[in-house]
Amino acid sequence: MPDILLADVDALAAEVPDGAKLAVFKAEGGCAAMAATGALIRRGVRGLHLVTVPTSGLQADMLIGAGCVATVETSGVTLGEYGQAPCFGRAVRSGAVRVIDSTCPAVYAGLQAGEKGIPFMPLRGLIGSDIVRHRDDYRIVDNPFAADDPIVALPAIVPDIALFHAPLADRSGNVWIGRQAELKVMAHAARTTLVTCERLFDGNLLQDETLAPAMIPEMYIGGVAVAEQGARPYGVTGLYEDDADRFTAYAGMAKTEQGFAAWLDETVYRNAPAVAAE
Amino acid sequence: MAEYALEELLIAAIADLLEGCGHIAVGVSSPIPGSAALLRRHRDREAGKRTRVSIIGTTIPAYRTDGGVDLFDSAGQGRVDAFFLSGGQIDGRANINLVGVGDGYPQQTVRWSGSFGSAYLYFMVPKVILFRLEHSRRTMVEAVDFISAPGVSPPDVYRPGGPYALVTDLCLFRFDRQRARFALSSVHPGHTVEEVRDNTGFDFDIPETVPETAPPDADTLAVLRETVAPDIADPYPKFARRVWGVSAAA
Repeated sequence: MPDILLADVDALAAEVPDGAKLAVFKAEGGCAAMAATGALIRRGVRGLHLVTVPTSGLQADMLIGAGCVATVETSGVTLGEYGQAPCFGRAVRSGAVRVIDSTCPAVYAGLQAGEKGIPFMPLRGLIGSDIVRHRDDYRIVDNPFAADDPIVALPAIVPDIALFHAPLADRSGNVWIGRQAELKVMAHAARTTLVTCERLFDGNLLQDETLAPAMIPEMYIGGVAVAEQGARPYGVTGLYEDDADRFTAYAGMAKTEQGFAAWLDETVYRNAPAVAAE
Repeated sequence: MAEYALEELLIAAIADLLEGCGHIAVGVSSPIPGSAALLRRHRDREAGKRTRVSIIGTTIPAYRTDGGVDLFDSAGQGRVDAFFLSGGQIDGRANINLVGVGDGYPQQTVRWSGSFGSAYLYFMVPKVILFRLEHSRRTMVEAVDFISAPGVSPPDVYRPGGPYALVTDLCLFRFDRQRARFALSSVHPGHTVEEVRDNTGFDFDIPETVPETAPPDADTLAVLRETVAPDIADPYPKFARRVWGVSAAA
């Protein structure tokens, strides 16, 4: 059995093949795996179908700007208080990336169908939104239990890989997620899940009754790599804060392709671990 | 009269609109609505009422642990009474556009972030307050270029919720869902009905007398600066610093 514990974020990034349907988690709370995102860019992954759960920020913007993404399925890509996501905007306008617009609960509902192994999930709302008009994979169907009640059926979302950052994992691959319970939906729906964690726990996390309810057990996990401060420049709830200066810097630099290239050079490539001498 | 910032006027006006809402939810990029929800909760607590506020992106106050799934599911059940939405464009039928400007979707000339939860919550939450600081013919348009979420729906579409009011930097509108039309409700101090008309790209009703939006009183300002500011600084540090020079509570 291959060891679930991977050497570092670059070994983790090597597990993401070109063209994968990759689910990434929203920016709030510190679950966006930013160190792993840098590693994906260093590895030069191409043709990703990125599913943001349900939104993304710097992570999607950097992957798109670095040319890693063919399709982005999203309810929103934004830098929040720091403004619009510049690479996302450029790539959608130019057609460099195909965007599939969604709405947050539709992403969750699609993943919930995925975790149940069923083909679709109905969801209220949506009717009359141009999101539906532009999505040929959504259907407006009749409620089979009542008359005159149209409802939207959404296809299951089954990512090849889900990727997120967590505070704690053990050596078997049990991952403690804290209060971000939606991570369970994402991990359950995906064929496998890759996780970076702040630190490793010696022992079996599932044996702790207080931690167990906020746990994703190893059966869903394909690989874990330790990445201290692996959400930076995002903060992690209870551990460290958002790095406001870095977001301000990014929002400025990424306005141009040259500026974004300089950002990558500074934050992704120069941080690469030295290649071992042969 | 006490001096106040525009943000404080808007927060106080929105807090009034939130009267009677037991659970107020606030989405991303909404520091002014978030502050208004916290002000409402403060007033309700003083009156012995239990009002919940859920602000996405913060653990304070922590009514929810399940994040988005829980928020949307509870809204579907009717457990959320008020929510806020904005739009890069808002039109006279209260359609909102969070996606982009121009023809040729998806390759529009301007691309914004995306629709977030609007295409669902606009249908589910009884009192949705639209909020947009820039009131101009660029933002208040005759017809939006992309309908992220429609203002009104045909009668066979399940829709317990919808638009209730629209708050801008110039004025406050109320929305009539039967007629799918806004009516001017008040104009902020220092602005005029003519200015609102000149800067609005859609038709709306103007009553014979339009009151001035009530400025926040000294007590409200004290609550905002002492109680609300440090709380809203947790999800919105930049906003709290800019408006009140305050950092998050330790």
